[in-house]
Amino acid sequence: MAENPAVPPVLNADPRLKVVDRAMKRLRYQPDALIEVLHTAQEAFGYLSRELLAYVASQLKLPESQVFGVATFYHSFTLRPKGEHSCIVCTGTACYVKGAGEIVTRLEQAVGVRAGQTTADGKLSLGTARCLGNCSLAPMLTIDDVVYGPETPDSAVEKLRSLVEVTDELG
Amino acid sequence: MNWVELVELAESVVARQQVCRLRLLVCCGTPCMAAGAEAVVVALKEKLAELGDPADLELVSTGCQGPCSRGPLLTVQRPGQPELIWQKTTPELALAIVEAALQQEPLPEQDRLPEDWPFFTRQTRLVLANSGRIDPESLEQYIGLGGYDSLAQVLIDMAPDEVCSGVVRSGLRGRGGGGYPTGLKWQLVHKENGPRKFVVANGDEGDPGAYMDRSLMESDPHRILEGMAIAGYAVGAEQGYIYVRGEYPLAAQRLRNAIKDAEKAGLLGSRVLDSSFSFRIDIRIGAGAFVCGEETALLASIMGKRGQPRIRPPYPAEAGLWDCPTLINNVETFGNIPSIFKIGPEAFSAIGHGKSRGTKVFALCGEVVNNGLIEVPMGISLREIVFDIGGGLANGAAFKAAQTGGPSGGCISAGQLDTPVDYENLQALGSIMGSGGLIVMGQQSCMVDVARFFMEFCLDESCGKCVPCRTGTVEIYRLLSRICNGSATNRDLQHLEQLCRMMKDTSLCGLGAAAPNPVLSTLRWFRHEYEAHVEERRCPAGVCSMHELPVHLLGEQLLQRIAASRSDGEGF
Amino acid sequence: MAAITLTINNELIGARQGQTILDVARERGIDIPTLCHLEGLEEVGGCRLCLVELQGSPRPVPACVTKAAEGMEITTHSDKLVEYRKMLVELLLAERTHTCSICVQNGNCELQTLAAKLGIDHVRFDYLHQQLPMDASRERFALDHNRCVLCLRCVRVCDAVEGAHTWDVRGRGSTSRIVADLDRPWGGSTSCTDCGKCVQLCPTGALFRKGATVGEMIKERGFLNRILERRRLAAQRRSA
Repeated sequence: MAENPAVPPVLNADPRLKVVDRAMKRLRYQPDALIEVLHTAQEAFGYLSRELLAYVASQLKLPESQVFGVATFYHSFTLRPKGEHSCIVCTGTACYVKGAGEIVTRLEQAVGVRAGQTTADGKLSLGTARCLGNCSLAPMLTIDDVVYGPETPDSAVEKLRSLVEVTDELG
Repeated sequence: MNWVELVELAESVVARQQVCRLRLLVCCGTPCMAAGAEAVVVALKEKLAELGDPADLELVSTGCQGPCSRGPLLTVQRPGQPELIWQKTTPELALAIVEAALQQEPLPEQDRLPEDWPFFTRQTRLVLANSGRIDPESLEQYIGLGGYDSLAQVLIDMAPDEVCSGVVRSGLRGRGGGGYPTGLKWQLVHKENGPRKFVVANGDEGDPGAYMDRSLMESDPHRILEGMAIAGYAVGAEQGYIYVRGEYPLAAQRLRNAIKDAEKAGLLGSRVLDSSFSFRIDIRIGAGAFVCGEETALLASIMGKRGQPRIRPPYPAEAGLWDCPTLINNVETFGNIPSIFKIGPEAFSAIGHGKSRGTKVFALCGEVVNNGLIEVPMGISLREIVFDIGGGLANGAAFKAAQTGGPSGGCISAGQLDTPVDYENLQALGSIMGSGGLIVMGQQSCMVDVARFFMEFCLDESCGKCVPCRTGTVEIYRLLSRICNGSATNRDLQHLEQLCRMMKDTSLCGLGAAAPNPVLSTLRWFRHEYEAHVEERRCPAGVCSMHELPVHLLGEQLLQRIAASRSDGEGF
Repeated sequence: MAAITLTINNELIGARQGQTILDVARERGIDIPTLCHLEGLEEVGGCRLCLVELQGSPRPVPACVTKAAEGMEITTHSDKLVEYRKMLVELLLAERTHTCSICVQNGNCELQTLAAKLGIDHVRFDYLHQQLPMDASRERFALDHNRCVLCLRCVRVCDAVEGAHTWDVRGRGSTSRIVADLDRPWGGSTSCTDCGKCVQLCPTGALFRKGATVGEMIKERGFLNRILERRRLAAQRRSA
């Protein structure tokens, strides 16, 4: 029963795996602790690879499909690597009322990817959030977890200029 | 720590504060930080260091002080003098204030908020009593304002069932939105037999446009812990969980520190305040799913599962976490508990209106002058909130609607502004109290587009378990999009209403059942806007661009072309 | 077991404590439509087709999980309920691509039967026309996501009866989809035992036996209760 699952070759000797192991040990390998473990794993690796998910599943003795189901249910977990920097535009109600939509459109155009995607050079992930709870700063956004607001489409583009190549508005 | 030691500590903290010539409270809530509060703190710290850090000058980095759009905020306390507050504080202004205060000169009037400013005078602060007045990282300061005294009182003077009936008498109802009487819930869990019971605080504040819970957790974390400990004692639980929304890392950090400090001081953990009662609290971090605000989904998530609601009964009070009786309340509800036992259930229930007792915290934002966090007695009118406290709309614009309750709530129109705000009234208006987001909209907001905004939210956040919510949200969204782009017909409008009614009646959980509320409430109060979109292909607010030709006009156009071609004599 | 009395469609009916409203109604030959429900599997309550009106309840309740109780007054087929059921089935038909004429399950499909019984002759909502993939990588069986109604019978039987838990659901809301293991092609699943229980219980043609052509897929569901009965007897023997 307690077969020791082999560490997948890609992860072998990866020091970050120790962080995940330590978390699982602290949580006594309880299957109930899956979400805690996934949080830790994502923090350590930046994203949840299939190999990592398989490893967590085997260690917590959970069916792989269940782990996959949980990892894809919650929007905080990402199964793809993220960009070096992240810019998240809040699209909560207050921000929506004050024009967050225009900021998103303008940023998408400026960096050449849609919200939810990462630029080809891997520099920036552009995202939206359902509400970051800073409604008095609406419309607001965060760049690498630093809060900025209120913003305009232009001021938002300016903020990204130092991080990634931006295309200025055509015409 | 026992009660005597707690009281002694509180007295010593108060004594120390009373000898202070000058106390400087800098708001370090997120909006104030974004506006530059850090620089103010640094400047003041340097100034105090320059003066040799005298014991009678105190600088406190507080949580949210309230009027968030006016940050950074600086509150100045001097013995025997009224408290004064400055907005948009710069390091220079802060230093000038300190300089003047130390020289006993009149303080600068620039950017000082008036003492009788309705934003503050119209509020009743119970839950937010300490927010913005203490350093959230300091257990001592919480104790200095009477913190953990309610817990001590309850542990020493009251039997668990007396605590439950105290909460019943207070008339407190769930502040997460549902409005179920809190005391009854406590009694249910208290009466359940079981070797293990749990207390869970719901801090998964997912409503867009609401940040009451974040602010409370960040500004006064011990209040929630104290409320939970009292609940644990009342229902017979020894373990509590706080489920914090993943987007709120600071709140989680503050709570973690608070738990550690409280355990070290013997206010949590084994043998609380040297009694026989033990209570531990753990933090669980959400991972980005609005539906986890629903209690059964939240419990599933705590147990490491997909956060999908399940059919009730059994209710969590009978079978919650690991099938044990579980008390689950919103963090604001727990935040009310220490106040109830501090002022007494009767005094608490003297505040309020109808069946809604006590106060409610609202996040007032949108097109209103004073954005911020407010706490008002139940029964206050929306007009007072928007125009007296909120200062009306920016640039004197006309009010169009107030949205309460987020994606489960609805829009209230100008005609209903004088309705007293309570659970029943808001429901009668087609909205809900909800967790407390209150977004003010002016004439430039299109109500159909607002409804579509919320439906997009719901379709993205639907868990997918039941058919009406999983697919209904998609179809409603498509219908609304069609109305917004001018291609809808009257039949679409009819289908929209049918679908909304069906979804309300048939969805599995409360969130699915409430998801059509933004549509139904705008249909009720702003039907003319829908009709303008459909019949006149016109967006009264000028938000929607109508470029699609509606299906029914396609046919008409064809007929016209035919008729035209006939009269030309060209034949068909 | 204690006997109780309740009223269904104005008729006084005797029942046993612990029975669900659905059990009681079906014993009496009252046909309440169901889709996700299957005797022997844990209830989900997701399809909402079995909703019935219960006097005193503000919203209809699902008959599959609501226990019958003394004095309940239940209506199973009001105009409103029938309309709701129609809309629910229409939503399912609109959600994915259910083209009966080219489906292996044509003629033996539970969704098709429900639609026919409810008299659905057209769908008032937009067909979403999602172009979902088909997974034919397993030797004997195949999965066509376009015909899946997310009733979760496959997930439940695989976990609770077969014990493999090959299936689960990925994503959420309208992007929910059945997955095998870590979203591998079914053929590469290491946990699947090829038992075919999921295939037999699937109400539509989403899971089917390879090689079957239009209308050929007839499913045999009797095994479920036979297995569960054998297990119950075995457990009884062990404890005796």
